[in-house]
Amino acid sequence: MSDCLKDKVGDVLLPGDIFSFEIKPEKVICGPGLRRNGDEILVCKSGILRHKQPNMYWIDSQQKRYVPAKGESVIGIVTAKSGDIFKVDVGGSELATLSYLAFEGATKRNRPNVKVGDLVYAQFIIANKDMEPELVCIDSCGRSNGMGVFGEGGLLFRVSLGLVRRLLAPQNAIVKELEKVFPFEMVVGMNGRVWVKAQTTQHMLVLANLLESCENMTAQQRQALFRRVADGAS
Amino acid sequence: MANDNATKLSKNLLRMKFMQRGLDAEVKKQLEEEEKRIISDEHWYLDLPELKAKENFIIEERSFVPCEDLMYGRMSFRGFNPEVEKLMALMNVKRETEEEEEEDDITRMETDVTDEEMARRYESLVGSMRRKFATKRERSKMQNEDVNQSSMETEVKKAFLKPQD
Repeated sequence: MSDCLKDKVGDVLLPGDIFSFEIKPEKVICGPGLRRNGDEILVCKSGILRHKQPNMYWIDSQQKRYVPAKGESVIGIVTAKSGDIFKVDVGGSELATLSYLAFEGATKRNRPNVKVGDLVYAQFIIANKDMEPELVCIDSCGRSNGMGVFGEGGLLFRVSLGLVRRLLAPQNAIVKELEKVFPFEMVVGMNGRVWVKAQTTQHMLVLANLLESCENMTAQQRQALFRRVADGAS
Repeated sequence: MANDNATKLSKNLLRMKFMQRGLDAEVKKQLEEEEKRIISDEHWYLDLPELKAKENFIIEERSFVPCEDLMYGRMSFRGFNPEVEKLMALMNVKRETEEEEEEDDITRMETDVTDEEMARRYESLVGSMRRKFATKRERSKMQNEDVNQSSMETEVKKAFLKPQD
């Protein structure tokens, strides 16, 4: 059944394209950019159709606006504190809520120390188009796993969602080349926010500029630039 | 007079629990039928076609993370933040092993306790259980054996060690 989908893998698709199946098929997982309408699959973003074994299909598209999705880890900025919840800006259409109990080791008596303006690395537990998104800073076992408040003396900037995905892809060249330049720490949120920290402010600015310039560069250009920076840094 | 009154007892009164004992079978049946009719008259239902739950073969996934196997978002390099590096190794390994397990379709669980260790533990367990169920005489015999054995062993080993100055 997934033949009609499989044939189109690697092709550019536009919103409104429809896949319908005559034969009752095996299971198909349609990722971002595709949606289900009865027994059909509709394309709702323009981009390239991608496939992963065994039966996952999605549209690889470029976009700047972040749309919260369940399970994704993002960098949020705490913008308000109201009673039991924090309002967190994640770059989506709406502010996300974050309960004060959703931190590691937090109890009703022992509140986490979160102030307005803090950065949090958190995960969406509720994210759909009809409801207010909700964040948590713990996993299902109650451990933080690196989530929570962070960002002492670093630099936060925005990149495109496509670049974020390239940075987080396993075995990606950008991060491998970047780590040769100088030691640093980085937090990458799926919402396009990147936070870096290095030994000096100068290094942080260099890193931020390098990452921003990675957006539109070929591998050769990037390697040349990184080498030049590494020579200058050492 | 009294007889006339008894026949004119109302239906509602007859339906009450304490009146049921004195009723004869015929009246009882009549009452039940009447009740049934009332219930079926009052019972209403929606005149709708039957809703069938179809099995869904298309699953929606809104996130890129499972599609592209994206890694953990916190990273540190060349020992800048050792804590994060530890976490990074932990989180990324977890994902890799998950994939491997899916690929290999391993049914058996990872062994925390090796077979030898298990055997050794059970050996001691068997001993302690035997001691628990043994009679007093047997137990004292067992202890004597143990003592004899251990004393024989220790006798060889024991020797006076001259303290060093």
